[in-house]
Amino acid sequence: MNKKIRKATTHISQNEVLLFERSSAGKKAYELPPLDVPEVDPATLLGAQARQDLGHMPEVSEVEIIRHFTRLSTWNYAVDHGMYPLGSCTMKYNPRVNEVVARLTGLAEAHPYQPERISQGALRILKMLSEQLIEITGMDAITLQPAAGAHGELTGILLVRAYLESLGNPRKKVLIPDSAHGTNPATAAMAGYAVENLKSNAAGMVDIASLVAQVNEDVAALMLTNPNTLGVFEQEIHKIAEVLHAKGALLYMDGANMNALVGKTRPGDFGVDVMHLNLHKTFSTPHGGGGPGSGPVACKKILEPFLPSPVVVTKPDGTLGFDYNRPKSLGRVRMFYGNFGMHIRALAYIMANGPDGLRQTTEDAVLNANYIRKGLEGAYDLPYKTPTMHEVVFSDHIQSQKGIKTGDIAKRLIDYGFHPYTVSFPLVVHGAIMIEPTESESKESCDMFVEAMKDIAEEVEEHPEFVLEAPHNTRISRLDETMAARKPILRWKPQSEAAGK
Amino acid sequence: MAYPVDYRYTKEHEWLKVEGNTGTIGITDHAQESLGDIVFVELPKVGSELTAGKTLGTVESVKAVSDIFAPVSGTVTEVNEALNTSPEQVNKDAHGAWMVKLKLKDPSEASRLLSAADYEKYVAAEGGH
Repeated sequence: MNKKIRKATTHISQNEVLLFERSSAGKKAYELPPLDVPEVDPATLLGAQARQDLGHMPEVSEVEIIRHFTRLSTWNYAVDHGMYPLGSCTMKYNPRVNEVVARLTGLAEAHPYQPERISQGALRILKMLSEQLIEITGMDAITLQPAAGAHGELTGILLVRAYLESLGNPRKKVLIPDSAHGTNPATAAMAGYAVENLKSNAAGMVDIASLVAQVNEDVAALMLTNPNTLGVFEQEIHKIAEVLHAKGALLYMDGANMNALVGKTRPGDFGVDVMHLNLHKTFSTPHGGGGPGSGPVACKKILEPFLPSPVVVTKPDGTLGFDYNRPKSLGRVRMFYGNFGMHIRALAYIMANGPDGLRQTTEDAVLNANYIRKGLEGAYDLPYKTPTMHEVVFSDHIQSQKGIKTGDIAKRLIDYGFHPYTVSFPLVVHGAIMIEPTESESKESCDMFVEAMKDIAEEVEEHPEFVLEAPHNTRISRLDETMAARKPILRWKPQSEAAGK
Repeated sequence: MAYPVDYRYTKEHEWLKVEGNTGTIGITDHAQESLGDIVFVELPKVGSELTAGKTLGTVESVKAVSDIFAPVSGTVTEVNEALNTSPEQVNKDAHGAWMVKLKLKDPSEASRLLSAADYEKYVAAEGGH
């Protein structure tokens, strides 16, 4: 960063210094009223525990704080700014109606310890969302507790373990296709299982012959993403489920890509035993900056006794309440009832759309992804020709002939005003360019994206070095990612101190 | 880049050099090329037992973390500590930047691995994706 630039050309504040560096002694952003109680010296109350040296606390005025954070906030790129085609992440728009509902006083100010009798509305939300997600997935039971997708995976595989243990043998292995999300093998390992890799076939799907050869009485489950990370629907999913069930193993579905299935087909109907949903992907709750995530786990009847407690039940008097008497439950996976604020938003989204609206959402997401696929075919290499659903994976095969890789193209895309697509994932595609527009984008914004990508492909042919050095129109130019990983600076120190050490 | 003919190779992209009872293991040039800039290499302790086909460590690049698989079985006698501070050596010279030396359990195991010519063919065929 050029330290000499004090005033920006392309931004309000080209180089925003840290709040610590703005500090000057004696400034403050508050004015307290005179004390109306006797003053107490903290040292007399806390003794040696009272902290004398407050370290480098920034001393700044109110307007300085406000400007600092407001400027920083404008550095973000968000789905509210423009298209965010980050494949596999499903960065769909978060409708404002969700926020309106979540901010209703009775909900926003509800406390998890308030008595059940005055929490009937909140309980009703949990119950309705549970029932609707069960209906959407075709499963029998659900827990809303897990706080995110990977947390849901862990809960799901722990359910599998608890179930198999109840039959006398928890088994040893979990099978995971090579196209899986990295969280799948991590989940299996956390749940105490060995991970066995399952190769994809030339169409990018599970190879049934390999599956048959690998499934035995040691296999607890297969963790399968459907549609998978290539955006390909596993067409032989029934067969996959049969192969597993014949050996007493279960089928776990990573529901990260459920936004390609809602309203069209149901995992419960094609043999899935347990799955998680990402409310922050499929059901439009925020990913971050207002998150947190939420990863409910839906399962079949056989796994229900093991679900985390408590569960919402209708009591004999007709009111709703929590049932903690669940002797086989794995216990809690999250305090209270999960990220309730996200449950409200997801329910608002489901109810605002209704069944037909949700179905159309799915269709639009698949249509947008295929529109972009068609638009970029030829300009970029498409390693798997199998029809895809809500996302499409190209590769940098053509551009790499000129020394330009997927990461370079992504950086150039920033200059065009788009958030980059997903780079280098899934691992089964070398130099992957993974694009997921979601249903939120109009035809116009899909067209703009296709044009930008095609322009970049031309630039690669004519001026590869220009793409290699991108981004050019941003506040700061290309960062040295490798150096940042090899020699990270993890803590800011004042210049005087940093120089001394 | 040419693959040394006196090395043996795995389909998981490790190389093995055998000298008498001693084996030296690294990852191939194709592996470093696919991984991109390597930022961290995690290696086993001296004295640990390696089993052919099982993980011996990991290599982390700006893109991904990948397992390194033992091409053959044996006992680790030496690890390349220099890679802790300069993992970029693997990018610069994959066939020179060795990772682990081991006392081979069964030197004949190496003959099951690919020759340089076969490995090159394998990589070319895999290159489609």
